[in-house]
Amino acid sequence: MSRTISLTLRIWRQENGTSQGAFETYRTGPISTEMSFLEMLDVVGERLTLEGKEPVAFDHDCREGICGMCGAVVNGQAHGHQQGTTLCQLHMRHFKDGDTLVIEPFRSRAFPLIKDLVVDRSAFDSLIAEGGYVSVNTGGAIEANTLAIPRKIADLALDAAECIGCGACVAACPNGAAMLFVGAKVSHLALLPQGQPERSRRVLAMVRKMDELGFGSCGNRRECEAACPKRISISNVARLNREFLKASLLADEE
Amino acid sequence: MGRTSRTLSSSLGRKMLMAASGSFLSLFILVHLAGNSSALLGRTTFLAYVDYLHSLGVLLHFFEILLLTAFCTHVFLALLLFFENRKARPEPYAVVKSSGGATLAGQTMIYSGTVILLFLVLHLQNFLFIDRELPVADLLRTVLGNPALAVIYLIGTLAVGLHLSHGLWSLCQTLGLEHPKYTSTLDKKAALLGLAIGLFFALIIVVALFYPGFLL
Repeated sequence: MSRTISLTLRIWRQENGTSQGAFETYRTGPISTEMSFLEMLDVVGERLTLEGKEPVAFDHDCREGICGMCGAVVNGQAHGHQQGTTLCQLHMRHFKDGDTLVIEPFRSRAFPLIKDLVVDRSAFDSLIAEGGYVSVNTGGAIEANTLAIPRKIADLALDAAECIGCGACVAACPNGAAMLFVGAKVSHLALLPQGQPERSRRVLAMVRKMDELGFGSCGNRRECEAACPKRISISNVARLNREFLKASLLADEE
Repeated sequence: MGRTSRTLSSSLGRKMLMAASGSFLSLFILVHLAGNSSALLGRTTFLAYVDYLHSLGVLLHFFEILLLTAFCTHVFLALLLFFENRKARPEPYAVVKSSGGATLAGQTMIYSGTVILLFLVLHLQNFLFIDRELPVADLLRTVLGNPALAVIYLIGTLAVGLHLSHGLWSLCQTLGLEHPKYTSTLDKKAALLGLAIGLFFALIIVVALFYPGFLL
């Protein structure tokens, strides 16, 4: 049965990347517990608009937990306290009447702030462009069974491929490291036959790019894994370390 | 830049150097503990161990230099990474809350490491940079018989235990030593081993402090 709750929100408001930001406090009024977190923000935004104020800017797209566009830090936790969900799939029934929520943008040197809760995550796109792909000749697709992949390996690759690139790992990491993201991409392709031709070049290039973009380094604190809405395992970080070591020692690629 | 220096100056390369120097220091700690525990078996056994160490002569100095190199590498990189990582998030969060991954040991590596570093200054002053007039057994009795020093030694060894309880697993992860068959429990086993090492050191100190016949 639907019920309503009222919340106090302290939301980070910042006009643009160069202006000074600050928290502003809003009372939500009655919010249905059936709503998602983003729908709650919509309600607040509509009210602000009617009052002639600027609504809170936040990123979103599919609102079904698969696109990776949404994300904010709620009470110190990326995507909120509910494990294994994106912010859009976090529902208001997980909050209590009278709760105070502090809502901040993902903070990282590599994710410059655009406005309010919106940050520029194109650093992840640069990482993908650096090696998160496979090169395939054009022409007819080969018969699927030509490439035999053990079930277990396919499962591991698919688990890594679940990463939606939302950036919560970076936001949750005390060091602002992108190891879980890069680990997932490198693992996903290194496990599959299609990823073999560029395997060494990929890991060397992506690690170099990761350092260039201003991400921190891994302290193995596992906050990334705990905050990841897709529950990407840190075994992918270990595989990234292994792939990097192997490529650095043995590969011909520079 | 050459290939090796490029590898080692990358974030992953630095972490691997941390892990490699950490492995070497962990091995040293184990050997050190094995040696120290001979003090629990009595004066004769302990002095035989001390004599054996000194009989190594130039070999001992060789290992001391290796140890110093690993130690300096570890401390230098720890500080470098610590300050670099602080810069990776210029604007801090107003609210910081763990999503569930962090452990006390993992969160306090830089602090437990600092405690160990400070403790080592005292430790080396007590046992290495002194005139060797007293037999080492009596020196040990004097140092650990002093309650104030014994408490500092307890803090130092417990910091070692805490540091190792995250470090032993962390170094495996950084060196890519991971396999679904054993990784699921490796972190807990490593944490237990690390704490056990710290507690065993502490046990020797407690015995020295409270057992009047220690090393007599």
